[in-house]
Amino acid sequence: MYKLYLELLIIFFKIGLFTIGGGYAMLPLIQREIVRHGWLTFKETIDIIAVSEMTPGPFAINAATFVGTRTSGILGATFATAGVVLPSFLIVTQVAKYSERFKDQALVRYALYGLRPAVIGLIASAAFLIARTTFFAVSNGQGHLFSGIGNILNAINWRAIMIFAVALTASLKYKVHPILLIIVSGLLGIILYSI
Amino acid sequence: MKDNDKWRKIRKLFLVFFRIGAFTFGGGLAMIPFIKREIVDSNHWIEEEDIVDIFAMVQSVPGVIAVNSAIFVGYRVAGMWGAVASAVGVVLPSFIVISVIALFFSSFKKVPVVARAFEGINAGVVALIITALVQLIKPSIKDNYGWAIAAVVFIIMSLTDISAVYVLLASAVFGIAISYINRRKGV
Repeated sequence: MYKLYLELLIIFFKIGLFTIGGGYAMLPLIQREIVRHGWLTFKETIDIIAVSEMTPGPFAINAATFVGTRTSGILGATFATAGVVLPSFLIVTQVAKYSERFKDQALVRYALYGLRPAVIGLIASAAFLIARTTFFAVSNGQGHLFSGIGNILNAINWRAIMIFAVALTASLKYKVHPILLIIVSGLLGIILYSI
Repeated sequence: MKDNDKWRKIRKLFLVFFRIGAFTFGGGLAMIPFIKREIVDSNHWIEEEDIVDIFAMVQSVPGVIAVNSAIFVGYRVAGMWGAVASAVGVVLPSFIVISVIALFFSSFKKVPVVARAFEGINAGVVALIITALVQLIKPSIKDNYGWAIAAVVFIIMSLTDISAVYVLLASAVFGIAISYINRRKGV
């Protein structure tokens, strides 16, 4: 049990250390670590995104608390959450102490010139991997997705794609708030998957 | 600073950041106006023009904006214990909410109507991520090098098992190298 607490602390420390650009940037890293350790399935990690959007707090923190609770209760949640916050704590207190010198660090600016586009690539990859899971129902898990046109058509989750199209339009064009968007997607899910 | 005064400030920091943590949904940039109102307008802990620098600084280091801002402001106002109080304060609301949800989530999801709702919600989540992506492209990608980095990272992360950690480190090194070359060329 102590080993699990320590593991949660270390893995989420690593996630916290490499959370750059906030929000969804670290989705691929977080999902991969959580699935690799067998803490949750890939589909369950998508659920955390939804829960995270509907509740206060940033995704990286929520993911730590969620995984910690699910694997080893409140104490596990404490270790995981402390782990994800600790790198920030160590770094930001130093920055606050020496901020005048830090502000004009050319090296930091140069590194960010490479990191910002990388964050775009990370988020795009998260979108791609989640879309693949959501839009294609590979039921047997073997994934013979491309064994024939008929199979592909059968595997496509048309309802999910319809809901996605509505949600994307609402979000991009009409700037609908994320919480409202999730509620509407949920209602559409209830309606479409019941017929 | 008198000791009493310091502990009063630390308690206040905890309460203010607890409130910020409790009322900001979705995290990230949505928290900035809240933080500014509490820290600059109500409590006058930080000057208006300093807070912009603080947001820029905390975004350029690892971590989540809200938590980083809390730690920075806490440290500035009341030292190390101020930073601890602010960090715990800003994280605690979501910690409580998420741990309660996580405890009941799997039984909750077994209810058929909830399972159907989450099928729909998953599709909505893809739309949310793509929206975030579209909004971030403009401030993040300034030239063709940027597009190249984004494309390579996308391909590596989607098709291989290479960790995001190495990909980010390589991107940082690449960014530094390109910047030096550009500067030498006088661009």
